[in-house]
Amino acid sequence: MPSSEPAARPRAMTKLRVNGTDHSVPIDPDRSLLYVLREELRLTGTKYGCGEGECGACKVLVDGVAVRACQTPVGEAVGRSIVTIEGLAQGEHLHPVQQAFVEAGAFQCGFCTSGMIIAAVSLLARSSQPSVEEIRAAMDGNLCRCGGYLRIIDAVQRASRLSSGVGGAVP
Amino acid sequence: MTASPAVIPFDLLPPNERPYFDRFGNGLVVVLPPRQPGPSGWGAGGPPHGGAWIHVGEDGKARAFIGKVEVGQGTRTALSLLVAEELRLPLSSVELTMGDTDLCPWDMGTFGSRSMPDAGEHLRLTGAATRTFLTELAAVRLSAAPTEVELAEGTAKARDSGRSVRYGELVKGLRRVELVPSDAKPNPPSKWTRAGRPAQDVGAREVVTGNRRYTSDLHLPGMLHGKVLFPPSCGAKLRSVDLSRAQALPGVTAIHEGDLVAVAAPDLRMAFAALKALRAEWEATPQPSEKEIVEYLRHHPVEGEDFWDMVHHETGDVGAAFGSAPVSLRETYTTAYIAHAPMETRAVLASWEDGRLTVWLGTQTPFRAREAVSDALELSPSNVRIIVPPTGSGFGGKHTSDLAVAAARLAKAAGHPVRVVFSREEEFTQAYFRPMAVVDIRSAAEQDGTLTAWEFRVLNAGASAARLPYRVANQKIDNQPSESPLSQASYRALAATANNFARESHLDEVAARVGADPVEYRLRHLGDDRLATVLRTVAERAGWSPRPAPAASGSGRGIAVGLEKEGRVATFAEVRVPEDRHLEVVRIVTGFECGAIVHPTNLRSQVEGGTVMAMGGALFEAIHFENGRILNPSFSRYRVPRFRDIPPIEVILLDRPDLPSQGGGETPLIAVAPAIANAIYDATGKRLRSLPLTPDGTVP
Repeated sequence: MPSSEPAARPRAMTKLRVNGTDHSVPIDPDRSLLYVLREELRLTGTKYGCGEGECGACKVLVDGVAVRACQTPVGEAVGRSIVTIEGLAQGEHLHPVQQAFVEAGAFQCGFCTSGMIIAAVSLLARSSQPSVEEIRAAMDGNLCRCGGYLRIIDAVQRASRLSSGVGGAVP
Repeated sequence: MTASPAVIPFDLLPPNERPYFDRFGNGLVVVLPPRQPGPSGWGAGGPPHGGAWIHVGEDGKARAFIGKVEVGQGTRTALSLLVAEELRLPLSSVELTMGDTDLCPWDMGTFGSRSMPDAGEHLRLTGAATRTFLTELAAVRLSAAPTEVELAEGTAKARDSGRSVRYGELVKGLRRVELVPSDAKPNPPSKWTRAGRPAQDVGAREVVTGNRRYTSDLHLPGMLHGKVLFPPSCGAKLRSVDLSRAQALPGVTAIHEGDLVAVAAPDLRMAFAALKALRAEWEATPQPSEKEIVEYLRHHPVEGEDFWDMVHHETGDVGAAFGSAPVSLRETYTTAYIAHAPMETRAVLASWEDGRLTVWLGTQTPFRAREAVSDALELSPSNVRIIVPPTGSGFGGKHTSDLAVAAARLAKAAGHPVRVVFSREEEFTQAYFRPMAVVDIRSAAEQDGTLTAWEFRVLNAGASAARLPYRVANQKIDNQPSESPLSQASYRALAATANNFARESHLDEVAARVGADPVEYRLRHLGDDRLATVLRTVAERAGWSPRPAPAASGSGRGIAVGLEKEGRVATFAEVRVPEDRHLEVVRIVTGFECGAIVHPTNLRSQVEGGTVMAMGGALFEAIHFENGRILNPSFSRYRVPRFRDIPPIEVILLDRPDLPSQGGGETPLIAVAPAIANAIYDATGKRLRSLPLTPDGTVP
């Protein structure tokens, strides 16, 4: 059976900066950032959960702020710095928020975790010592169907302590 | 990630004919044969059920194989801990393969909280036997008596001489297959050093770095995106379909085979366009709507069929007891249809290679999927391999195989691998729901409160947890299946949630009627010491003070218990209902006992998470439907628990190393709704008998 890629029309390309690297992606401003990240760049750590901006599974950082990639036309992300879950760790060294999620056991199936971590990184960048109420409010747009919310709150608080321990280095 | 042609799945071969060593290298293999032989023995007629096997390789690692799957409930780590425990290996030296139909023992599916009591026990037995064989090998190598050989951290050591040898050395050049002897003795939980201790999830790093590959993340060269055409409303029948406009689109394959109409395209947007281009005519028949559903279920009983289990239980003389009772009460309780709404929608990837089909599928029933796919495509089961990648949760919602069949047919027709991933709307409308339940209860009591009669009938949901954990002399318990207008099937603790909600609410009503304190009243009637212990523990931790009558002060406390799947649970809830009637759940305390605890870190997560999930069904989750249409198929219209809904939840785990380990994924859910309903009653004097209790957030 044939196993080559099906024929596609030649497409005009543009540059998208993801995790510190420029990628060439087809110009199609209407296409969502989520689609481009997952299907064009194969960065599948960012998840599809609902397609209507209700679950937060697709969150990525755009210029340091968490946005819902399913609601972001890729055209809006051109010329800006995008960080996905794959871009947080420095080699073997986990980002403090990632480390805190491991230590707190803050996931079950893990499908919402990328979006949760991105939301937490964004929160900690603007509020380094958030209260439980601040965490709840900031992360209310992220769903976890396994019900791991209390562990996640614990993880964000841990991350806040870890971050201050390493000099508040949150990108 | 390639298919492997010319392979016969291990479960279809007798243990001694399986090519273990060609596949995994030299070593020692220990096999626990299935305990329940299948109808026609080994071969095509259906393999026997269950069992496990372990390969210890020259790298010193143990590879264990089991038919259950991990869909986020944490059993991969828990089961690996049991293997590590028996083999005296670090957790990092255990690799567990789950639910791969080429390699794993046949299994009916991952449901009913059976992973710990079944797979866990099978791995303990296999592990214990493997340890014995390793000890014997070491005794020869170290010239020591087997009783003088000690295994620890992957090394065998002779106590007297102090000489040691690594497991990998022991099995070097070995190609030996052994069966687990009938006298294999697993390490008792009271002596566990690895299991029963807090542990980190084995896949944690992949999860937090975004590198765990779920089915919906998989990609193969030339892969197409598939979409299935679904009826516009439940029960609608396809009259005709014209594929030509879809087929005219570039790169699109469209098929109509049997009931299946589907398309595949090089990218997802083209697949949606192709789906839209299909010209289909449907014939819809009128369907019952939400507003008449209770009466509909009452008037559409199904005889001789059942959802999971049939029960008719009768003791004493219920009729006579009601005739002479000074106190009697009759009420009806209902629970809504709700959706599993797993974070990862249903997903499948199918790929053909030399006439052999490999299907990566997020499923709880891989071996059933193999059967469904091989039946549908008229293939030998040997030519179908189902692999279950990490799955973004199931909750009982991923049992069906239709999507696997669709992807396999599309891949065959297109000559390319095809991935199909449900949209969120498809997940809400084309999956199946937790059955609605209607429960009628009639009870009678003496003046002093002693329960004398209990008549219980559940419609449509099933019988789980319908039996009474309380001592009542005269009982009549019935389970009546109904014809459901909506597609319904398994859901985490489905009938147990409904039956427990009804029973524990009703018991509270009787207690209030006779002026008894809800905790004392339950303890007075409980016939199960383990459950009584859990209830006492929770009441004490919650600071329960006796309340014979509702305070109706705007602040209330409620309690409920449950006994299901050999687990015992008691849940306490505290609520506030201020003047504006907006419900706030202030605090939850829940105690759970399921025998010996294997993986306490994960069990705590399961109890906490189960409590959160149960709060959704208790407070606001409901599928709305009208004449066959689902009215709220999205997260913006179907409300699930969010951060802001979750109060502090205190979890008390009662460890019983003297008792077999039972599952913990379901039973922790079943006392949540009645505890909250009972607390609302305490706060307001108002008794709510339908789930969800507060669909718009307020107490009516």
